[in-house]
Amino acid sequence: MKNERNYLLTLMTFLVYFFLLGPLLIIIVVSFGPDRYLAFPPNGFSLKWYSNIFEVSMFMTTFKISITIALLGNFIALLLGLPAAYALSRYNFRFKNTLNAIFISPILIPGIVLGFTLLKFLIISYNIPMFTGLLIGHIILMIPYIVRVISSSLANLDFSIEEAAMSLGANRFKTFFIIVLPNIHSGIIAGVLLSFLESFNTVDVSLFLSGPGISTLPIQMLNYVEYNFDPTIAAMSVLLMVFTVIFMFVIERTLGLTFFTKSR
Amino acid sequence: MSLISLEDVTVAYDNKINILEKFNLNVEKGKLISLLGPSGCGKTTTLRLIAGFLEAKAGKFTFKDKNYTNIPVYRRNFGFVFQNYALFPHLNVFENVAFGLKQRKVPKSEIRKRVPEMLELVDLNGFEDRFVTELSGGQRQRVAIARALVINPDLLLFDEPLSNLDANLRIAMRVEIRRIQQELGITSIYVSHDQEECFSISDEVAIMNKGVIEQLDSPSVIYKYPKTEFVARFIGFTNFIDFEVESSENGKLLLNSNHSKFRALKTNDVKVNKSYKGVIRPESIKMKSYIENEKQSENSIKGSIKISTFLGGLHQYVVNTELGEITVNSDREPPYDAGENVILSLPEDKLVLVEKG
Repeated sequence: MKNERNYLLTLMTFLVYFFLLGPLLIIIVVSFGPDRYLAFPPNGFSLKWYSNIFEVSMFMTTFKISITIALLGNFIALLLGLPAAYALSRYNFRFKNTLNAIFISPILIPGIVLGFTLLKFLIISYNIPMFTGLLIGHIILMIPYIVRVISSSLANLDFSIEEAAMSLGANRFKTFFIIVLPNIHSGIIAGVLLSFLESFNTVDVSLFLSGPGISTLPIQMLNYVEYNFDPTIAAMSVLLMVFTVIFMFVIERTLGLTFFTKSR
Repeated sequence: MSLISLEDVTVAYDNKINILEKFNLNVEKGKLISLLGPSGCGKTTTLRLIAGFLEAKAGKFTFKDKNYTNIPVYRRNFGFVFQNYALFPHLNVFENVAFGLKQRKVPKSEIRKRVPEMLELVDLNGFEDRFVTELSGGQRQRVAIARALVINPDLLLFDEPLSNLDANLRIAMRVEIRRIQQELGITSIYVSHDQEECFSISDEVAIMNKGVIEQLDSPSVIYKYPKTEFVARFIGFTNFIDFEVESSENGKLLLNSNHSKFRALKTNDVKVNKSYKGVIRPESIKMKSYIENEKQSENSIKGSIKISTFLGGLHQYVVNTELGEITVNSDREPPYDAGENVILSLPEDKLVLVEKG
């Protein structure tokens, strides 16, 4: 039974993967075409659309903004999310489940709703600068990933090692840094990388929170395709794909390696 | 003055039910005392309170004549050995043992000297570079003991340290624990639900029930002369017979139960004309076949075998008597048959009167 080949299963698996990855393959191929429009199959080979990315200044500006927002937001989200994840895993208190649901809710609420609400309150009602508004929106988006991933890492942690450390003379604060953190560092790295990707790729929340001079790379790409139909955007997509794949590879490596070396 | 004293300590989880209420305990220096009892009796709570992991709602904890009630756990110099070892998974054996010394800012050269000494004491020399995950359960617990001992603790606390080990290892480790404890002369408190474990290593055992110490005595005294019905039941007495004390003279008691007279030694404080439970172990009762018209000796009663079960080296019988069912062990071959009439005699020094529980 084990060695028997199931041809139907093989075929179905192939089709599923083709369905998932096929469009990406087309984008990759198209990005190397020489024509001013998206042609498949392409009528030659050219790298000019890749160089065009670096000539459109808005791409570079928004790329910088995207990176800044993702990094800065990540830092703040970690400062907020790490203690939250720790408290939710370590202690029992009233409204714990409610609080947990609130931390996760940004994933469940449609980005459009979140974006519009933030626009309405932060920008219109309270006149908060656009960049700050965008940053806050992204922090809200990132917190669920930070809390979730670090929580699952903490779930594997035996909290009696905290008591052991304290009985050996380390105070509570020190115990957190020298005992808890080293044992959940893979979760922290994974949480940070995942939320970075989420922030970098998100469109809906950013859409409402961008204005003159302040925009993220995905929003800029959206604007670009409204007026241009050349393969620049395909080339851009390929670069983003490569970027994402490298990221995912790092996540896999950090989570994967420690899972193998630190079996409990 | 005792080294440790808990006075009227009350502990509650989440400010609801009191696990311990007005709890008192005194421990002498250099002793190994066990807290023994069923789960939920408050033994672990007591230990964690002494360690400083729990705060008392009321009461006072005195250690070496100093008030320790509000001293945080990291300032108490107590070693704690956990049930699940609680070793630091990101550190190797050396770093685990050295942890307490590093917190105390002990110079590196001294750490490099003391850690191997400790590992030697627990028979783990050469394991310095191993990671915790590469060790067996017994080895992990040795590391945990070394880690707790290296700081020269004023007190050593054990929370069911052997319950995750297999039976053979448990016996070997408890001998080890007793050896180390006596070698260093360190005052220790040991929590377990395993009676044999506690009895074999302790100077004194406190049997706990529902947050109260029912009896605190040396293991041999508890084994022979339980004070309460709960203690008797917990340490393996199976027979509980109602008796009324008719008279008490020169340390001897005359008892009455269902118009039969019995004699027993006075081991506990009992009052005349009051009713108590007479307890006796099944192996202490002597049983022989009933012979018609034979004169019955004192402290004996007639009965008939109701149930017989095979226990390996011997049989255990449930015998129907005027005093109710009595469980008796006997190694007579061939075994008694069901329905056979027998005479049971209860030796007066084995029959113990306890408060009804």
